Amino acid sequence: MPRPLEPVSSTTRVLLGVLFFVLFVLAWAWATLGGYVTRTFLADPLTMVREGYDLLVRHGFLFDIGITIWRVVGGFVLAALVAVPLGIMMGTYKSVEAFFEPFVSFARYLPASAFIPLLILWAGIGEKQKLLVIFIGSVFQIILMVAITVGSTRRDLVEAAYTLGAGDAGIIRRVLIPSAAPDIAEILRLVLGWAWTYVIVAELIGSSAGIGHMIVDSQALLNTGQIIFGIIVIGVIGLVSDFLFKAANRWLFPWRLA
Amino acid sequence: MSKLRIEGVTRTFPPSRKGGEPTLALQPTSFDVADNDFITILGPSGCGKSTLLRIIAGLDRATEGRVLLDGKAVTGPGSDRGMVFQSYTLFPWLTVIDNIAFGLHERGMPAARRTALSHDWCARVGLAGFERHYPKQLSGGMQQRTAIARVLANDPKIMLLDEPFGALDNQTRSLMQETLLDIWQRETKTVLFVTHDIEESIFLASRVLVMSARPGRIKADVRVELPYPRHYTLKTSPEFSELKALLTEEIRAEAMLAAKVQTE
Repeated sequence: MPRPLEPVSSTTRVLLGVLFFVLFVLAWAWATLGGYVTRTFLADPLTMVREGYDLLVRHGFLFDIGITIWRVVGGFVLAALVAVPLGIMMGTYKSVEAFFEPFVSFARYLPASAFIPLLILWAGIGEKQKLLVIFIGSVFQIILMVAITVGSTRRDLVEAAYTLGAGDAGIIRRVLIPSAAPDIAEILRLVLGWAWTYVIVAELIGSSAGIGHMIVDSQALLNTGQIIFGIIVIGVIGLVSDFLFKAANRWLFPWRLA
Repeated sequence: MSKLRIEGVTRTFPPSRKGGEPTLALQPTSFDVADNDFITILGPSGCGKSTLLRIIAGLDRATEGRVLLDGKAVTGPGSDRGMVFQSYTLFPWLTVIDNIAFGLHERGMPAARRTALSHDWCARVGLAGFERHYPKQLSGGMQQRTAIARVLANDPKIMLLDEPFGALDNQTRSLMQETLLDIWQRETKTVLFVTHDIEESIFLASRVLVMSARPGRIKADVRVELPYPRHYTLKTSPEFSELKALLTEEIRAEAMLAAKVQTE
């Protein structure tokens, strides 16, 4: 029997993780192939794979995947470019924080998806509107979390830097930013996950390409196999980007693990 | 001429809540520190000795009075008053070498020179071979050695140490005391060292300032005439014991006072 907080070996960890996926697919196959759920509502795994192959080979689904990734990354990078510097300034200077914080906290609770009709009005149904949805959905979250992270930098490190002759610019550049950097990277990883939710919602409405667009099309045709394949593709991309982010963090911040 | 002059410095902390009483942490305190002196400030916990050191460092402001370094008033923190803290304050994202070079970098010294200098300092505090280690990979004693090297590389006019060995085990602390004395004699620095450890205060210092319980004031100014270089066996000598008995008596009264204040 495992004991509380007892670590497991890495092999066991991987095996257990894979086991869940296997059980999940088995349960799904049992429910669908066994005839417990009508095919109209839920495709079985084999149909899903066949539909997925069809999508990729005959319907140019790779293009949709590419479009969606481009939108997420584009909107997310724009948001990060605005939010990270602003968050750092807010974390550093309490007056800047006092100026922006109430509005950002308010804006953070505005659901990005509720802006879609308005954004369509303003920016049409083109790429600009999709990027804006992601941008609005991510930017306030990043600002606030970065500000908190920078604001909670260890005071004794800041004081040590002062007694070593650092000026205010040196404190920001050589203490606050490097100290917060790993957490900022972690925040970006988290928010990128949320950005994926927004992009699909944005693509469900008024879109002519992308994974979300494919899902709406498949709904009209009652092709649950394609829908599920689309969802799984999103999950896999999320998993891969998460892995890449974590690997990049390990490479960028070796001192965290040392 | 004295290196450092403390003139009627007091510190009152504002009340923590509205309508509360302000707390007097430090009563008017004045003393002079001569060049190349090693002074320990000994006092029970909470007596304001750290506050005094932080005021000298420029990290805290005196409510009244002023601090003069080489005749110039201290207005804020600066590299001329390097400080070693009780908590481990190495920058965790920098290697030992880069930590030592932090102040030099801030001063705009060219990379080649500051690398050479910090390698040199690394060796002088006995950390040769650990240049590329991150703070997390070092023991507490090694981290404090690095912190000392980091301050000395800056060539400060005075070195301030706030219970730097307080978190170390006894054996390591003893070794660190000897290392620090070694460095002090080689580099001829002026040192102000805050501690609550009586033995430590005598072993290191040429002069011990004893502080009273909060609100702190300098209660006794004791010369330690034991010759340098000092060896750890000194701690068992009669002269040492005599001083220790004297300071123990001074401090005990204050510790009892402090305990009484706390229970009231």
